[in-house]
Amino acid sequence: MSQEISDRAQRAKTKKALLGEDVDLEQYTTEAGEHQPITSLGEIAKDYKQDLLEAGIEPSEKDRSGSFLQRDRSVVFSRALYKGLEVMSTTDALSKYNGLKDYLWKAVPVDADKYTAEVELAPSHGYFIRAAAGSKVTIPVQACLFITADKIRQNVHNIIIAEENSELHIITGCSVSHAVNSALHIGISEFYVRRGAKITFTMVHNWTGGIDVRPRSAVMIEDDGVFINNYILMKPVKSIQMYPTAYCVGKNARANFQSIIFAPGNSKIDVGSRAVLQGEGSRAELISRVIATDNAKVIARGDINGTAEHVKGHLECRGLMLSDTSVVESIPELKASRKDLDLSHEAAVGKIAEEEIQYLMSRGLSEEEAISVIIRGFLNVDITGLPDELAKETKRMFDLSLQKVM
Amino acid sequence: MTAPAGCKMLEIRDLTVEVEGKEIITDLNLCIERGEVHVLFGPNGCGKTTLLMTILGFPTYKVKKGTIMFKDVDITNLPTNERVKLGIGMSFQHPPEIRGVKLGDMVNIALGRKEGTIDERVIELGKRLNIPVQFLNRDVNLGFSGGEVKRSEILQLLAQTPDFLMFDEPDSGVDVENIELIGDLMNELLGRDKIPSQRERSGLIITHSGFIMRYLKPDRAHVMLDGRIACSGIPDEITKEIMEEGFERCVELCGKRVCKE
Repeated sequence: MSQEISDRAQRAKTKKALLGEDVDLEQYTTEAGEHQPITSLGEIAKDYKQDLLEAGIEPSEKDRSGSFLQRDRSVVFSRALYKGLEVMSTTDALSKYNGLKDYLWKAVPVDADKYTAEVELAPSHGYFIRAAAGSKVTIPVQACLFITADKIRQNVHNIIIAEENSELHIITGCSVSHAVNSALHIGISEFYVRRGAKITFTMVHNWTGGIDVRPRSAVMIEDDGVFINNYILMKPVKSIQMYPTAYCVGKNARANFQSIIFAPGNSKIDVGSRAVLQGEGSRAELISRVIATDNAKVIARGDINGTAEHVKGHLECRGLMLSDTSVVESIPELKASRKDLDLSHEAAVGKIAEEEIQYLMSRGLSEEEAISVIIRGFLNVDITGLPDELAKETKRMFDLSLQKVM
Repeated sequence: MTAPAGCKMLEIRDLTVEVEGKEIITDLNLCIERGEVHVLFGPNGCGKTTLLMTILGFPTYKVKKGTIMFKDVDITNLPTNERVKLGIGMSFQHPPEIRGVKLGDMVNIALGRKEGTIDERVIELGKRLNIPVQFLNRDVNLGFSGGEVKRSEILQLLAQTPDFLMFDEPDSGVDVENIELIGDLMNELLGRDKIPSQRERSGLIITHSGFIMRYLKPDRAHVMLDGRIACSGIPDEITKEIMEEGFERCVELCGKRVCKE
């Protein structure tokens, strides 16, 4: 079984990804970046407090139901504070749960491309988070994948499971210390939303201009399950390519993706979200807001594939251009293979409308203030489905990110 | 503070305005005293909205000649927000939609608050225009009906409380239920409830409606034709002439009987 998986990985070792520029893995090392465990998040916060805060990680663990911190290639801290919740390294979960055979590489194919193969062949942990059947912890778990060593490859494999009728909220931040000039982050995330369960996953990417990022994520959603994904990227990145896919396999399964991307500098961003509606009555809503400035190049993708009766999907992609040297390409795709379904999309890319600036100025704002209000409004996606506190927290994280760029 | 007698709120001299290279307003003169409300009549395309936008200082409207004085300050070349600080406010006919910016946010901006939530003060102001909290949470002007736009505009002016208010067709599309409400609030904003000598605020209103005329009892009316004020006079008389004879005839008559330059 696992031999078969590693054989497949071996064969995919040089398989280039369909999208995004090819990253030469050999530029990055697997030799460095081992660290000793810490006994509290406060320890690491001494040196890296700001990096953690910006990625939504609360070192005091206040208002968190559990924490996970991986520094470079080592898991240095993990614990769950609530009953019914498990938070540990994937490596520990593999030995505890007999190789996680029902979950590992079941949502993401191991031979999808060289990055998935790399994580199978040279893994460096990642997190395992599970909510037990019926447990509803509305306080979020925080997970952070942190890079502090230059030139490393961080190859994480995350498994997230919400058992039947459970509720699981996760805030995850990927961050990088300012001392790091370049690094590669590959993150495999496999989500399992069981019958009647709900996962909300709020991810902040806090990279710098020297980091290549290749996440590979997929979500399996059973009957009446709900998956809500919020993605915030407000910092430069060397390159990122990802196309997380939600498979609504169960009846009335629901997937929502909301992405907020502010692309400065020379960032090369190819980000999308995809929903496969194969359960009767399943629904998906994929919303993205992209602002491109400086020399950033952004491809915003969206794809809904409806194959079952009474499914409904909506795709919305809006881009705002702040410079003449940036590029935004919006690629929405809809595929339908039934008659009783309803899929729609809207896409628009433009500049800030002069009349909107003037309207705000006629209420007393200066031109700069008006532009800032418009940008803030443009990125302001109403995030539904989060518990009140978490919604506020998300808003706060968003405001914090925005303050940095405005 | 009472203003000195005879102080002009707004004084426009020899104003010529171009929009995208085309002359829309030519050698226009207009004087509005403190406490006065004037109405502007005229056929579509004669320059009424252009005049309001020029007073507000929108950059599309290029002043080629002339001056605009507001409270004795030359505002001809000031940016819009500086004029607003001096006390100019506008109710737009077709304001733009701004995604993600709520009507409640606009009210806070008009109140001069940098950061603000939809709190008691905003909710109270909304109530005065029959605007419920859910509506304050909607993106401004996005999917608003014609009447909703007008109420939203007047709500923002109510928060802003300018000394000089311009209204571009404030009652078009407003339903019967809300028309008196709009009238009442315009009266309040313009201080029409006070006796004339105590009125501090002034207004300039573009309207085609008899309702506003009856309700606000403006002090003076002007007819614009081809970018000029073709005649001015007592509102009731001007209205009567327009109703009976049309704009051109009105100008002809009023030129003889009422206006004296």
